[in-house]
Amino acid sequence: MKTEPMAAPLRARLAGALALLALLLAAAVALALISGRQRIDWRSVLSDPFARTLFFRLRLPRVLMGVLIGASLALVGAALQALFRNPLADPFTLGVQGGGTLGASIAIALGWSARVLGIPLVFLAAFVGAMLAVFLVKTIASTGMVVLPGALLLAGVVVNLVSGAAVVAIQYVADPDAALRILRWMVGSLDVVGLEPVSRMFFLLAPAWIALLALGRQLHLMAIDEDTAATLGVNVARCETVVHVLCSFIVGVTVAMGGAIGFVGLIVPHAVRLMFGEDLRIVLPGSLLLGAAFLVLADALARSVLPSSELPVGAITGLLGGPMFLWLLRRRQQYSAI
Amino acid sequence: MNPFFEARRLTYQYARGPLAVRGVSLEIAPASLTAVIGANGSGKSTLIRMLAGLVRPASGEILLDGLALEKWRPRERAREIAYMPQVTVTAFPFPVVDVVLSGRSPHVPRFRLENERDRATAMEALESTGAAHLANRSLTALSAGERQMVILARALAQEPRLLLLDEPSAALDLKHRAGLMRTLARLRERRGLSVVMITHDLQLTGSLFDRILALRCGEVAAMGAPVDVLRGELLAEIYGEPNVRAQRIGGQTLVWIEA
Repeated sequence: MKTEPMAAPLRARLAGALALLALLLAAAVALALISGRQRIDWRSVLSDPFARTLFFRLRLPRVLMGVLIGASLALVGAALQALFRNPLADPFTLGVQGGGTLGASIAIALGWSARVLGIPLVFLAAFVGAMLAVFLVKTIASTGMVVLPGALLLAGVVVNLVSGAAVVAIQYVADPDAALRILRWMVGSLDVVGLEPVSRMFFLLAPAWIALLALGRQLHLMAIDEDTAATLGVNVARCETVVHVLCSFIVGVTVAMGGAIGFVGLIVPHAVRLMFGEDLRIVLPGSLLLGAAFLVLADALARSVLPSSELPVGAITGLLGGPMFLWLLRRRQQYSAI
Repeated sequence: MNPFFEARRLTYQYARGPLAVRGVSLEIAPASLTAVIGANGSGKSTLIRMLAGLVRPASGEILLDGLALEKWRPRERAREIAYMPQVTVTAFPFPVVDVVLSGRSPHVPRFRLENERDRATAMEALESTGAAHLANRSLTALSAGERQMVILARALAQEPRLLLLDEPSAALDLKHRAGLMRTLARLRERRGLSVVMITHDLQLTGSLFDRILALRCGEVAAMGAPVDVLRGELLAEIYGEPNVRAQRIGGQTLVWIEA
């Protein structure tokens, strides 16, 4: 029987994909640093204190924030799609962001400013909210050992709606200052002042990223088929729990800092798949890089699209992601799972 | 030869359901082919899922090389036992070659990628099931029969000692059924592979299998050589269908339903 030539080995594909996406990310960061209402001239950053402040206190932190949140959401999206074998799963559609937003809102409304082990309580509250949302959505959509793909998304939507309603209720009850801070999240924004919050976030997120990337093989096998993954040596139950916790933690931190920026986790992994194939060991790190580049560019667009003011970046990703979601839904005959 | 795999008095009960498997014992010797037959809902799939370690029996024990199945490390166990489910539905359009290559996973060290040898083994497995021409197609675009050949190839790429197959021939045409049986016979010959295979295809079991295990309502109704099990009155009892007839013609057993 004739043997067709096989695609290039994984190692070569992986190296190529990561090199290309890293270049893309570098270009996106460079572009985002020079774009914005206030043009920044490189020489004046060195000489002019005002330009220096603008660059180091506002522009650079915001771009880095975009890198962290974009990378996080896309990575979590790719992991959740594999875990639930559902191409429409992402932190937003599964209600994880909604749960996280609710948790963070409660913490802010109650004025919890304390830290536990150096982690702000708001982060922890968002993490717990996100955990509960994943757990709830999965429980509702499960019948016996099967997770119903359609029910999963419906449960996610409902959790998002209920969380959203609860957040609105909290806004009315909370004092105006807290209400304003909560309102900012509903749309999602990358506003941040100074590099300190960005570095703090990085040191929280990076270990969780690495742990999730290290599960690439297991997620790859589970994305193909859960039962066979178990007979191929994957401890499916433990892997599921670890991925739930890691994803909830990552989403909790991003929500607490950047709010619920939608659809990044949906668009980016699909783009990576279209470009570099289905293997999760490429899709996970690829989504991390492309997610960062995507959100940085979306934010650059949000900052420069209007002549006099800025759009929240969540509006841009929502406007791009909504149609993408519908297109994927239309194509569902190709994906037998929905 | 001595059995390397033993199941003793296995029982399984689904939540709020009756006992699906009741006190089934089974010994597997190297290079043996065992067929599991029985009516729909007689506990065949549940039994094989227990043997694969996917569900834990309510009572009884399963020993591989004398060690309880759940005491084996999952990856080490995966080098010994492969399982092919009845249907495989994937949500994503994985290329066939990637799916077959995933069978190599238990042999690839952690944090390493598959090497050339793994790829060669995967392609060989794909060729032996007659599906090499599908290598670059995506799994979601295949027919049920083609998909079964691919999933079987993955189980073969795993290079196990024991292969557990849940109705692998259900969607296969005659040519590929013959191919499947030839492949199993060859692997038994060459590598001492043992197979436990669920099937409704009684014609297939008569000539090649050493042994047939017949289940009825979760219990062993008969176990023995095909000549002894494939008898009209026994089959009528196993399937609860009085019009089953069986007759030996040469080395083959013919089974049919009298109208």
